[in-house]
Amino acid sequence: MTHNEIIQKLKSIVEPYVNNQPNFEQLNENSDFIKDLEINSANLVDVVLDVEDEFDIRIENDDMEKMLNVEATVDVIQKKLNQK
Amino acid sequence: MKRNRVVVTGLGVVASNAVGINDFLKAIQNGENGIQFQQELKDLNFSCQIGGTPEISEETLNQYFTKLEQKGLLASGLIYGGIAGQEAWSDAKLSTSETVDFDSGIIFGTGVLGVDKLREAFQKIDAKNVRRLGSTSVLQTMASGISAFLGGKLGCGNQVTTNSSACTTGTEAMIMGFERIQSGKAKRMLIGSCSDSGPYVWGGFDALRILPYQYNDQPEVASKPMSANAAGFVPSSGAGALVLESLESAQNRNAEIYAEVLGGHVNSGGQRQGGSMTAPNSTAVKICISETLKNSKLNSTDIDLINAHLTATAMDSTEIQNWSEALSLSDTNFPYINSLKSHIGHALAAAGSIELVAGILQLKHGFVAPNLNCEDIHPEILKLVDETKIPRKYIETKLNVMLKASFGFGDVNACVALKSFKNEK
Repeated sequence: MTHNEIIQKLKSIVEPYVNNQPNFEQLNENSDFIKDLEINSANLVDVVLDVEDEFDIRIENDDMEKMLNVEATVDVIQKKLNQK
Repeated sequence: MKRNRVVVTGLGVVASNAVGINDFLKAIQNGENGIQFQQELKDLNFSCQIGGTPEISEETLNQYFTKLEQKGLLASGLIYGGIAGQEAWSDAKLSTSETVDFDSGIIFGTGVLGVDKLREAFQKIDAKNVRRLGSTSVLQTMASGISAFLGGKLGCGNQVTTNSSACTTGTEAMIMGFERIQSGKAKRMLIGSCSDSGPYVWGGFDALRILPYQYNDQPEVASKPMSANAAGFVPSSGAGALVLESLESAQNRNAEIYAEVLGGHVNSGGQRQGGSMTAPNSTAVKICISETLKNSKLNSTDIDLINAHLTATAMDSTEIQNWSEALSLSDTNFPYINSLKSHIGHALAAAGSIELVAGILQLKHGFVAPNLNCEDIHPEILKLVDETKIPRKYIETKLNVMLKASFGFGDVNACVALKSFKNEK
């Protein structure tokens, strides 16, 4: 899966949790889930669960802690996909 | 100490015969029954295979819950309470501004919240998959999840809590909210209660063999308060909500006033003197009623309507006898009495608040809702009360004062007095 494909899938995963629509429309690698997209911190758990379902991977606590912005999240997903 | 007068300025309801105040008013005027056959209970080998489950349309759900809030939402009590609470708030024409309102609070009770969510959580935990519970497991399964949810939706900054006292919960919540406003600690309190639907709430009662099993093929005639053939209470669910407000606050903002709360009392029979976990100590019940009259400054002859607890069990005659003795009234002197449980069954923790909403609508619109399924009034009841006081048909009549009582598991009692409101300006 290409980097861009992962970002597109991630974009549709985070959409229901987003509270800042203009920033969501301009989502890019640097977008921060909490600061830019204004996702409620409790919902980050749900984003991770939805990522697990969508990509059929399992994300452990240490990786989960890194998943605070688009770039880091894509890196974690890419790493897990490569291990499959 | 200055005591504030307290009035009701908003109503909301989710019941098995109607959702929303307008439809509910029509339903209780027409005596619409909300009890349905429940295939799920049959499949699970319940003796009683009927119950009351409110029908929530997609449109209603979308009106009160965002798409995100609906994600993984299994707590039916939270859905019912969330809808009723927000309906009451908007019925009172109160805003949900971005700022916090420190003068408004919430007391919204329940018995147990989110049993279906709990079941899902237990299954995941037992499968060693606790990490997959998601973010809303706590909100949906803590008792105070309902008040926490409403608190966030409405921006309430006064006391926000949940009370729990079995079938007295809703009536107790009204007294607690009333006292808080009366003593000046809050200007507005959203009060109410909710109860989940389904086998995981109702199972314990089926196991106690106190639900009717004879009417699985005739659900609409199963709930028979005051009938000689009463066979047990029909399990139900839903939520009722009321906005209580100081008279001063209501008049300052020209709010529509449904009724005035005059007073009330809460007590327990201590599971002594004939009282037990499931049966009331009649002495305590009578004290609860007479204390309500006393602190409401009412005479028993002032009462036009008793909005009773009457669940359709053998205890119905005992309840009538307690009312009759506490009020020293009988035969044709006895006030009108009705039980909404003949329409919607016993909504457990939600019963008190749904029945309060029904009672206030009767005060406001001047009618007595019909008692269904009791063409054959129990002979013990007829010894105490003339049958014209137990209307089986809708009666249009001016009502001034209503007493509402609820009695619950654990020998707990609550009684409240309400009066129709005339503008005194």
